[in-house]
Amino acid sequence: MRYQKNIFSNIDWITVGLYLVLVIFGWVNIYAAVFNESHKSIFDISQSYGKQLIWIGTSLVIAIVVLAIDGKFFNTFAYTIYGIFIFLLIFVLLAGSEISGSKSWFKIGEFALQPSEFAKFATNLAIAKYLSTANIKIQDLETKLKTLLILAIPVSLIFLQNDTGSALVYFAFIFVLYREGLSGNVLILGFVVVVLFFLTLLIDQYVIIATITGVFLVLFFFIKKKRKEIFILVGIYLLTTGFVFSVDYIYKNVLEPHQKQRIEVLLGQQTDLKKAGYNVNQSKIAIGSGGFAGKGFLQGTQTKYNFVPEQSTDFIFCTVGEEWGFLGSIVVIGLYITLLIRIIFVAERQRSSFSRIYGYGVASILFFHVVINVSMTMGLAPVIGIPLPFFSYGGSSLWSFTILLFVFIRQDAFRVQQL
Amino acid sequence: MKAPYSDRKYVIYIIFISIGIILGFRLIYLQLMDSSYKVSADKNVLRYNTEFPARGLIYDRNGKLLVYNEAAYDLMVIPKYAKNIDTLGLCQLLGIDKATFIEKMKKASIYSSYSESIFEKQISKEVYGFIQEKLYKFPGFFVQARTLRKYPIPIAAHTLGYIGEVSPEKTLEDKYYKPGDYIGISGIEKSYEAELRGKKGLKVMMVDVFNREKGNFAGGKFDSASIAGKDLYTSLDADLQTYGEYLMKNKRGSIVAIEPETGEILTLVSSPTYNPNLLTGRIRSKNYMTLIEDKLKPLFNRALMAQYPPGSTFKLVNALIGEQEKVLVSSTRFPCSLGFHFGKLTVKCHAHGSPLDLEQSIVQSCNAYYCYAFKAIVEKRPFISTKAGFNKWRNHVLSFGLGEKFHNDLPNELSGNIPTSDYYDKYHGKNRWRAVSVISLSIGQGEIGITPLQLANLAAIIANRGWYYIPHIVKAIGKKNNLNQRFIIKKNTTVEAQYFEPVVNAMNKVVQSASGTGFGGKLENVSMCGKTGTAQNPHGKNHSLFIAFAPKDNPKIAISVIVENAGYGSEWAVPIASLMIEKYLFGKVKRKDLEQKMITGNLISSN
Ligand SMILES: [Zn+2]
Repeated sequence: MRYQKNIFSNIDWITVGLYLVLVIFGWVNIYAAVFNESHKSIFDISQSYGKQLIWIGTSLVIAIVVLAIDGKFFNTFAYTIYGIFIFLLIFVLLAGSEISGSKSWFKIGEFALQPSEFAKFATNLAIAKYLSTANIKIQDLETKLKTLLILAIPVSLIFLQNDTGSALVYFAFIFVLYREGLSGNVLILGFVVVVLFFLTLLIDQYVIIATITGVFLVLFFFIKKKRKEIFILVGIYLLTTGFVFSVDYIYKNVLEPHQKQRIEVLLGQQTDLKKAGYNVNQSKIAIGSGGFAGKGFLQGTQTKYNFVPEQSTDFIFCTVGEEWGFLGSIVVIGLYITLLIRIIFVAERQRSSFSRIYGYGVASILFFHVVINVSMTMGLAPVIGIPLPFFSYGGSSLWSFTILLFVFIRQDAFRVQQL
Repeated sequence: MKAPYSDRKYVIYIIFISIGIILGFRLIYLQLMDSSYKVSADKNVLRYNTEFPARGLIYDRNGKLLVYNEAAYDLMVIPKYAKNIDTLGLCQLLGIDKATFIEKMKKASIYSSYSESIFEKQISKEVYGFIQEKLYKFPGFFVQARTLRKYPIPIAAHTLGYIGEVSPEKTLEDKYYKPGDYIGISGIEKSYEAELRGKKGLKVMMVDVFNREKGNFAGGKFDSASIAGKDLYTSLDADLQTYGEYLMKNKRGSIVAIEPETGEILTLVSSPTYNPNLLTGRIRSKNYMTLIEDKLKPLFNRALMAQYPPGSTFKLVNALIGEQEKVLVSSTRFPCSLGFHFGKLTVKCHAHGSPLDLEQSIVQSCNAYYCYAFKAIVEKRPFISTKAGFNKWRNHVLSFGLGEKFHNDLPNELSGNIPTSDYYDKYHGKNRWRAVSVISLSIGQGEIGITPLQLANLAAIIANRGWYYIPHIVKAIGKKNNLNQRFIIKKNTTVEAQYFEPVVNAMNKVVQSASGTGFGGKLENVSMCGKTGTAQNPHGKNHSLFIAFAPKDNPKIAISVIVENAGYGSEWAVPIASLMIEKYLFGKVKRKDLEQKMITGNLISSN
């Protein structure tokens, strides 16, 4: 009893509280999204809200188990856990089942599990373990390459499963690397890359090349004409133009038609309401029709299933928008931002760099999911099909986000224990 | 001491908060500013009206309309909004009782409370008019226009096929289809579904609590127009098809006619047939059950799916292969003493002069001649084994489009059967069979099976002296000159053109000379070529076969006729083919007596 009391009194209850609020409010919205007058009981296992109750219950058990595990466990076994999930990612490619185009599921009767959801957690452990090793400096080329390798293995396996959305999530680790000392230019570079990418698709590539050339010519007159600076400037110029050309090439020749379509819909170049644009348009109508105060719980008319497909999974946020209006939506976004800031705050108070890096990883992964998911329901990002953490229907994602977060809470409690 | 880089947390804070603010602004725009998304929370709902495109029309080769659309109306319901309705009034209108009403509502609710499902299919025009007027009495209900297929000339039912409601499995597999949608189920309605269906449109309408449409939502910003399906121009000749079906009344069998020069199918008759208007609209499922229970199997497309032993018509193929393999020349003679005798084996033949040359072997259809010829082909040196010789023979046969599917634009075709050497290895044991073990192949009997379409294509190949285009039914899609690229690749047989002349000359004599088995089909002013056949039928009277083409030079039509249980080819198949050719070449038939005899012939009730 003494041990347990020790643990629970050291828990960061603010984080736990935010977690519980999001999970419960998520469930309420899943219930509303698939609400059907002929199945009113909330325990109806044939409906997704009934199933989600099971997932929530089991998640709480998992959370308690994680809290009860020894504080040093995850640090010690980080690489082992990483290895196990890499193995599972390979295994699912060979022996998994295909659900809506992604061969990334293990089916056990009624329920399906997706190892790629858990791989984020395992990769985060491995990154934290590696970067917290003594005498490791992120400025070294070797460190950079090894970090890249830790990320590249799961990313390429998930790409092979045809689950592009989940693979893109690993971009989030750029924040972790930045915090651990990677040059700030990397963040700026990432930003420039994204902006250039979309500009290339929106505007004729030769116009962009001409503009870039103009900018660099102007710069050329301003720099001190030293050999080194000229060399760097020309190098950057060549890289940028090369990037523009390759984006254009990849877009035209490499991307699958359905991927192209999603990007075109986002850019407003295509308004095919029956295909790629359908979900986004329905979702925008639903959110927009919510107005300031929303239509009220179960009163939504646009977000019931059949109007917005994947209503309870990737598009759950539009139920919030419709039934709870601007007030409800801004509160949900506020809750997520608060949670993220709290995680960073808690991460910064860690004394072990393993815990800190791990915490940053948690925040980065959650951040990417929340921003991309909410943006795609509002027509700000392409529909890449990743869930809203703690909110969306689905066991794999709820379990994996619960583990991801509670391992961090456990590390934090361990810090206090050590005092 | 400050930890290295710990200031960077502020950059992260700033990024998180500013992105949160951006999302907040987007929410403000969508929910508070952009009025196009405004729907008053409790009074208006959005209704997603699907605009169904008109399905493409189907024409014959001369531009005669074969299939068109007629409007029909489905009564739809969205259960969630169907509150406080005049139930009794609706029941009276539709002629249903209250129990049925409740049953239908329940079914709709189970599918979905919030989205539309069909309440009553294809309501009459009167009910449509009435409901449309009184729609305010029935909130949650509305009428959806759809198209029905109509056939102004009730012919070619098997070829045109029919449409029906899409299956639940298909709606899961292909998101384009929603329950209640129509899809091509057979014939060219199925094979050209993608071209015919067009593209659905969508209209987002605002509807008030009284079920009245209040105009376009967001000024039509989310609407999309429907796109009509493409018209099909088939190669069918409606007059010839009509005539063929007329001749085949009360007979089981099929007629397939092809234009040899292009591979276009002119006629595809499968008898008994049915009126395609029976399988459309409300009456479809009832009529479908009647047709499927019919013992004569009117739904079975014999032209593509029945497989017959080709009988003596197959001797043409063996003659050609024999020439190509240089075991035969036109002067080669083989003896016949009422058949072919080899050890204990005898293949019978009728009484005729002996020995015959190649031409006369076809004109008089000698069985023994082809037993010798086949044996010579299969056992020809330098093949060391029967198997190698047999495989060589089989490859020649396959090059005539036999034993394999054409993969053309008609669904459900069967491949026929040209047995493989592996099959005989299994049947007789490895290396334990010789040419004489499979000698019935020489006269088109035994395990061999050929569809009427393949048989007609064989006639077209001989008419062309050695090549063909895949026989197909659609000439153009959308525009008249938009030819289907798949069907303009010439296919050559493995037999050279020069070897066809003796066979063509012999086929010419079959019809033109008084001693020929096809003499009954001789036409005035046209030199016709043909070959009769009899397919052995273990279950009853033999099937009567005839393939032909005309004129001899620059042929315009190649045809196969199969009449089941009709005995010898010359009795029924020859006159029918001849009448069809006359009709096609001259537009009308002069030989009314012959025509009358064919029409009145009833070969179904006697069997
Ligand atoms: Zn003979």
